[in-house]
Amino acid sequence: MTDEKKVEQPAPEQSQDNVPAPAGEVHPVGTRRGMFGVHGSGDTSGYGGLVSPIVYPAAAQRPFGGWYDEVADALEERLRADGLDHAVESVVIHRGEITFHLRREDVVAVAQMLRDDPRLRFELCSGVSGVHYPDDAGHELHAVYHLLSMTHNRRIRLEVSAPDADPHIPSVVGVYPTCDWHERETFDMFGIVFDGHPALTRILMPDDWPGHPQRKDYPLGGIPVEYKGGSIPPPDQRRSYN
Amino acid sequence: MTTSEDLYAGSSETTEGRVFTVTGQDWGSITEGLADAGDADERVVVNMGPQHPSTHGVLRLILELEGETVTEARCGIGYLHTGIEKNMEFRSWTQGVTFCTRMDYLSPFYNEMTYVLGVERLLDIEDQIPEKAEVMRVLLMELNRISSHLVCIATGGMEIGALTVMTIGFRERELVLDLFELITGLRMNHAFIRPGGVAQDLPPGALDEIRDFIALMKKRLPEYAALCNANPIFKARLENVGHLDLAGCLALGMTGPVLRSTGYPWDLRKTQPYSGYEDYDFEVQTWDTCDSYGRFRVRLAEMWESLKIVEQAADRLARLEGAPVMVADKKIAWPSQLAIGSDGMGNSLDHIRHIMGESMEALIHHFKLVTEGFRVPPGQAYVPIESPRGELGAHVVSDGGTRPFRAHFRDPSFTNLQATSVMSEGGMVADVIVAIASIDPVMGGVDR
Repeated sequence: MTDEKKVEQPAPEQSQDNVPAPAGEVHPVGTRRGMFGVHGSGDTSGYGGLVSPIVYPAAAQRPFGGWYDEVADALEERLRADGLDHAVESVVIHRGEITFHLRREDVVAVAQMLRDDPRLRFELCSGVSGVHYPDDAGHELHAVYHLLSMTHNRRIRLEVSAPDADPHIPSVVGVYPTCDWHERETFDMFGIVFDGHPALTRILMPDDWPGHPQRKDYPLGGIPVEYKGGSIPPPDQRRSYN
Repeated sequence: MTTSEDLYAGSSETTEGRVFTVTGQDWGSITEGLADAGDADERVVVNMGPQHPSTHGVLRLILELEGETVTEARCGIGYLHTGIEKNMEFRSWTQGVTFCTRMDYLSPFYNEMTYVLGVERLLDIEDQIPEKAEVMRVLLMELNRISSHLVCIATGGMEIGALTVMTIGFRERELVLDLFELITGLRMNHAFIRPGGVAQDLPPGALDEIRDFIALMKKRLPEYAALCNANPIFKARLENVGHLDLAGCLALGMTGPVLRSTGYPWDLRKTQPYSGYEDYDFEVQTWDTCDSYGRFRVRLAEMWESLKIVEQAADRLARLEGAPVMVADKKIAWPSQLAIGSDGMGNSLDHIRHIMGESMEALIHHFKLVTEGFRVPPGQAYVPIESPRGELGAHVVSDGGTRPFRAHFRDPSFTNLQATSVMSEGGMVADVIVAIASIDPVMGGVDR
């Protein structure tokens, strides 16, 4: 490690990650039970009664520090000019990566600003990644966009969520044509419908495939093994640690 | 019609029009059939693949032709989809490496690297990776870039009939794979780069082999330049084919040699260095023709640069003999350093003696770490790297458990293949193959 690197990295006690979130800011997404994630067999560890919430990094407070503020200021200014003050729901900074959580109806307008404003200039979208949080009630399906500004050499992440009951998110293909296949893949794997996509069809799975395989509730298959009548249960029902 | 008697090259009437089945040299049946029907001027839709030697793996192309001109080109993918991302959700963080290395099978170390960098960022141990592990990662990645570019140039040559380019390309690639076998135990699918470092130290004699390889490649690389750079047939097939300018590249998310063939020197090793790339002396290679020939020249030049980096890495490794290759944190580092046998990784007898005969605590520690694995704090990370094909990144999400909650790979082949339509439409059907070869898609990475 060079000495320069060490200077840039703040000591753990002062880093953004370790600032406690204000009360009410943190909302747990699901719970973890027991110590070793064992289920389906007796509790032999004595830790089976433990319940701990799964908490993702909390929203960051101003000032964010460094270029994060420049991006956030420029974006806020543009949003206010267009009357979209509430487009950004929260900003999370974790491990040096900044994430803007957006209202889903505004994602196209925000993407347009991020691409075209000379102070932002995020020319390249690295694609869409879906994540399914079955326990995040009302926000089960997430679409995550990674943007890159080659002009300023910066990366940001946009995150949009949709409830399972209404899995619609506006398509950003008009702003970033590269998202064509990425949105098709996310639809294929998670069932998120990208409204306005030119041809939202399955891309990796066969056209007549039922279900969306990357969802957490997608049933997995077990493998019947001919050995004394035994069979291997599906991976999600096996005894495992998590 | 007489051709309908041929079992493998018949024609049939459907509601969509007449359908011809063509295998190999039967194109005559189409022209005859169309002449029969008197609709020779009408459009023909040709399905090419997925099993076609020159579509770079199981890629299906749907081409609409007017004469020999392509009016529309579309890709059908998914024939190699293996659900690697889903599988990784049911394995420990360390085991995930074994899955993702199999995605883009021509650049396995890059798949491992981007995933491992994401895990390390979430673990917040990025600054604790030992220097020797970082240098070994760079060494293996740059050797891998050479082998990957060699396959690209070799198969690209084969597809336009330049068989010598193919044979010499695979000849040199085999030398790189021999080095991989010596260092990791396997030619492909190494699972060698692990969260926290690399699986093993360099075996004895590896540096000498690497130096021999560098010396040999310095003699052999000019052969490609001599064969191709000014070859009129080669140039005629590649120049001005598959044109895509900078604006088109950015709109379509193109990265790697395709982007650099527009003259824009964007290389993540320089612009957003990782694994200590800022300490190596190398140049970003560009060309300014925006075409397949430019991409060939960029790849050829990049192999020289990779060779330079390999040389520097080998020199640094010579000074790092005996240094650790795994993070010091014993809650993350794999407990044993396995031996490399003739058939891949083998047992470490010293370690077995230790855990079975000497220390109960060591046995418990080994068992817990290997079966349960370590926990990664909740959050998400995306650490892209410059693979031979462009920006390869893993979006890694953890819920605080011992397994990835989600791992999504932004594979450059997948993204770049979207340019097939733009690069081929309006050109000749024979140029479609050249344009796709210049993207260098690897279907294992496209379909994952």
